[in-house]
Amino acid sequence: MKWARRLAIGFLLLLGITCCVPAFFSNFDYAHQFRDLPNAQPSRQHWLGTDDLGRDRFARLLYGTRVSLLLAPAAALVASSLAALIGGAAGFLGGWVERAVMACTDLFLSLPWLFLLITVRALLPLNVSPLTSVIITFALLGCLGWAAAARVVCADARLLRHSDFILLARASGSGGLRLLLRHLLPNILPVLGAQFWVSIPLFILTEANLGILGLGVAEPMPSWGSLLRELESYSSLSSNPWQFVPLMLFIVVVSSFHVVITNRELPT
Amino acid sequence: MVIHDSLGGRGKSYPFRRVQCTPMRWGTTFRGLAKFAATVLITVLIGGFLGATLLRFAPGYGVDEAELNTRLSNSSIQAIRQANGDQENLLVFYARYLGRMARGDLGVSRTLQQPVLQLLSERLPETLKSLGLGLLLGWTLGLSLALAVVLSRAWLVDVFASLSAGVLLCVPAAVLALLFVLARAPGRLVVGLIIFPKVFRYARSLLVRSAALPHVLTARAKGLSEVRVLFWHILPTARPQLLALFGVSVSLAFAAAIPVEVLCDLPGIGQLAWKAALGRDLYLLVNLTMLVTLVTLIANSASDLVRHSLGTNAT
Repeated sequence: MKWARRLAIGFLLLLGITCCVPAFFSNFDYAHQFRDLPNAQPSRQHWLGTDDLGRDRFARLLYGTRVSLLLAPAAALVASSLAALIGGAAGFLGGWVERAVMACTDLFLSLPWLFLLITVRALLPLNVSPLTSVIITFALLGCLGWAAAARVVCADARLLRHSDFILLARASGSGGLRLLLRHLLPNILPVLGAQFWVSIPLFILTEANLGILGLGVAEPMPSWGSLLRELESYSSLSSNPWQFVPLMLFIVVVSSFHVVITNRELPT
Repeated sequence: MVIHDSLGGRGKSYPFRRVQCTPMRWGTTFRGLAKFAATVLITVLIGGFLGATLLRFAPGYGVDEAELNTRLSNSSIQAIRQANGDQENLLVFYARYLGRMARGDLGVSRTLQQPVLQLLSERLPETLKSLGLGLLLGWTLGLSLALAVVLSRAWLVDVFASLSAGVLLCVPAAVLALLFVLARAPGRLVVGLIIFPKVFRYARSLLVRSAALPHVLTARAKGLSEVRVLFWHILPTARPQLLALFGVSVSLAFAAAIPVEVLCDLPGIGQLAWKAALGRDLYLLVNLTMLVTLVTLIANSASDLVRHSLGTNAT
């Protein structure tokens, strides 16, 4: 299934590049309102029509995709880094440190993800600027999503700790930090890479759920969550089927990530 | 490992290893129960501490609307603040919080102006109903499709099941709930559709792996029926992991309950959590999170306990 993986990577790259230069594909700003054209049908000017407030739906889709496609990997990077730090240190040090860290990780994992997320989100101000809300949402995802990855990294680091090459490095006088940075880290990178890829679709889905519930990115900045929220206007959906385009794109993007993960040569 | 000398099949005995449950091991069960009780206690204590910390340091803690009254003097405002407890340090606050919790006093919801305990007791049965139905549907669908894939060994069945699971895996729970509302279908079923792809994918790979084990191939070669191979050789091997997955699926179901209850207007604790989040009702949110954690923990520990009690060994 190498062709499927290549196709998925190609599609994601193409979409990523398209969304990095939205102004090239759309002449409109995502927040600009055409007040005389609310709920307009697709036309040469507005490819996907306009929403209730007269904003160009295609421009919002491009900008929203950019927000989710750039920030979900950023959040996954934060989560993977935290997992490397916490899990790697626990696995490398072993003993009571490992037991304590793993107990905390297990506790963290038993907390229901979405409940925890909306509790912490509610602690932070809800009426913030759109940019701050984007940063808060994805930073929260990154900071709360490390536990499962940390467990895997810890198990890997524990195995490496007992391996021959670490023993040799120790015998040749390598200190703790050198062992950690020169010998352990390069060997846990494949596991971290796998965890990074696994986290991206999870974070995209969670952001979409939060956005639909009104706890994600604040208006007028678009994200997939806020774009999918349009599906709430049931009455207009049957007459405006193009409102399903963000959902279709969402499914294709998340599936592409799943294809990339599934066909990735995971480390043994 | 229990070794049986016979397949129990076609009259003749064969030296053969089969997976089987040993009788209940009471020592293991007791140790498991003790571990379970300790885990729950530690979780409640740590969770309570974290919850109390969140509440204590959350913006707006201890602020009373009466403080906005311009006719009040400084000393009156200080008296109100002291009465509201914002002078307490964290440990004192935690001790009082735990004390109140032990007495069954979980505080009063700020947004709904009702005792949290009353709200939870009203809403929990609704969520449990959704969860029960969702778990039943998700597991029935997921497991039966995985079994169909393994038993039929037909690529068409596999492609159909994997595609359905793949698409459902890519749709957010909230969107599924919206689509169900649009189609006027019962919203409770959405929880099942969220759980189904996860159960299917995991169960499928597990069962496919079990079905390829040498003892299963031998059993098939000896002419055992598919049903017998399934129930005597494939399922017992996969049982420990499937039990572990059940614990995880409870947590998934709770997470799915929030968007489903909000969008399908089901008055459960998911909807309550959402209302609490929008109204920054932290007392309610923290207690809700702790309650859900407790239920999740009980489900996980129960599945672990059953696994250990059955003493299942996989060849």
